[in-house]
Amino acid sequence: MSRRPLIMLILLAAAPMTIWYALTQGSIDIGAAQLWQSLRGNMENTTTYQIIHELRLPRALSAFAVGGLLALSGALLQVLLRNPLADPYVLGISGGAAVAALLSMIGGLGIGWVRGNAFLGALTSMLIVFGLSRLGAVWTHNRLLLTGVVMAAGWGALISLILALAPSVQVQGMLFWLIGDMSYSTQPGMALLALTGGLAVSLWLARALNLLLRGENTTAALGENPVHLRIVIYLVASLLTAMAVTLAGSVGFVGLVIPHLLRLLGGSDHRFLLPACVLLGGGFLTVADTLARSWTAPVQLPVGVITALLGVPVFLLLLIRSR
Amino acid sequence: MPSLRAEELSLSIAGRRLCDKLSVALHPGENWVILGANGSGKTTLLHAFAGLRSLDGGRVYIDDTEINRMTSRRRAQHLGLLFQDPETAFPATVHETVMTGRYPQLDRWRWEGKEDYLAVDAALVAMGLEGLAQRPMATLSGGERRRVEIAALLAQDAPICLLDEPTNHLDLRHQVQILELLAGRARHPGQFNICVLHDVNLATRFGTHAILLFDNGECLHGSLSEVLNRANLERLYHCRLREIRDEGTGWFLPM
Repeated sequence: MSRRPLIMLILLAAAPMTIWYALTQGSIDIGAAQLWQSLRGNMENTTTYQIIHELRLPRALSAFAVGGLLALSGALLQVLLRNPLADPYVLGISGGAAVAALLSMIGGLGIGWVRGNAFLGALTSMLIVFGLSRLGAVWTHNRLLLTGVVMAAGWGALISLILALAPSVQVQGMLFWLIGDMSYSTQPGMALLALTGGLAVSLWLARALNLLLRGENTTAALGENPVHLRIVIYLVASLLTAMAVTLAGSVGFVGLVIPHLLRLLGGSDHRFLLPACVLLGGGFLTVADTLARSWTAPVQLPVGVITALLGVPVFLLLLIRSR
Repeated sequence: MPSLRAEELSLSIAGRRLCDKLSVALHPGENWVILGANGSGKTTLLHAFAGLRSLDGGRVYIDDTEINRMTSRRRAQHLGLLFQDPETAFPATVHETVMTGRYPQLDRWRWEGKEDYLAVDAALVAMGLEGLAQRPMATLSGGERRRVEIAALLAQDAPICLLDEPTNHLDLRHQVQILELLAGRARHPGQFNICVLHDVNLATRFGTHAILLFDNGECLHGSLSEVLNRANLERLYHCRLREIRDEGTGWFLPM
């Protein structure tokens, strides 16, 4: 019983520490005192101030927001599909975003356009999957899952096609986008806003989600409309994912592993699980992104590589140790 | 005192009429049993009573309110339902699962209080599960899982309990224990049960009233002594039965 508050406290304390860690790391050493001063708004017009406020802080906050969005969305989709293998990309949302983003890159559009189109691509994919899965028979979670997986496969084929035909100078940029990369993430505002809104809606539904774990029939018998509930979860989770891929491409692993890890540690009460996912997912991606830009500096790695390299062994270890 | 009333209730599945213009009133203190052959519509009727299914005609009332006009939350405060087969569960502990039964009693932002924990503990004890509270559902046997589902229903604390084959997966001792508990529940003021059962002899032992669903859409209902006789049961199950009288009770065995 007392385990969950303890985990929450640790996560709450750790989240600012990951941001702090991200701010201190980089090609120029910035000491704690200097960092604190510039965070408080002193020392304006110095290089340190500019590095912190224009480079490191926006990037750290972006990473935190994306990690939180992905972990939250993953947790929601796992309940929605009643499938522990679900992650934010399983229903093809990132595929739609990727196709739109890669096409924009071929067209030589700037990063702003690539982002805008990626978001539109994600929304298009979300609406197609939703519409198709509701055609005909009853809307079941398996129908939704199958429609999504097939759409994702379709997007995958298009992505391969684009990669095969693209001029070779552009391929590396495309691969970085596909693996997940935060190099251009300089405006965390929207993502943080989406994260806060998404978390608020999810918390409002958290107890109903606990019911959904017992199945649709039981949910209905206990006084909650499972169809309405699932539509809301689908829309919220999709929008969260769309926001995340728009900012950072398809960073893998966070959305699958963070919710599982927290379920193993603290059980599946969503009132605990969802905020914990935001904190741990955010903190994890902040650290991973800091490593991605400092580990092999001056060469920057796509953050998706780091999330997988860190996440796989940690998760396997936990899985083996938990009965 | 809640009562459940069906007026001219008609149900059909895939063009087959399961029950035709059934009018029946169920009152507190009664322990109803629904009997019928496989596929005769017992579960469908139970779900219609629970307001979870659209009707082909007629109405269902709790007290004087039509059940489809209630919010689903209000309905869940009056009436709890045990499903025939639980859906495959996502990881959760026994305690968490039983606690979901408290859902209709709590406002959206309220956390479970002392009262809810007491209700869950009482339900766990009633089902003999107190030692398993922190166990993951996946590690339980079929019978234990069934008892968890029943415990969640008890924790819901609804005056009307609808149970679809509550004795599924249970050993003899637990079958009798649970039916005894339900019969005891029906003796509390304001409460009653409706059970779908397959075992005629358990029905005669624990029930007070019965609904018989024949495959031609005909329904018989009334007190047990009125409707549960050899002739009706032979017609219900399409098989010859032998009746053994023992201390005033009839036991039915297939020949």
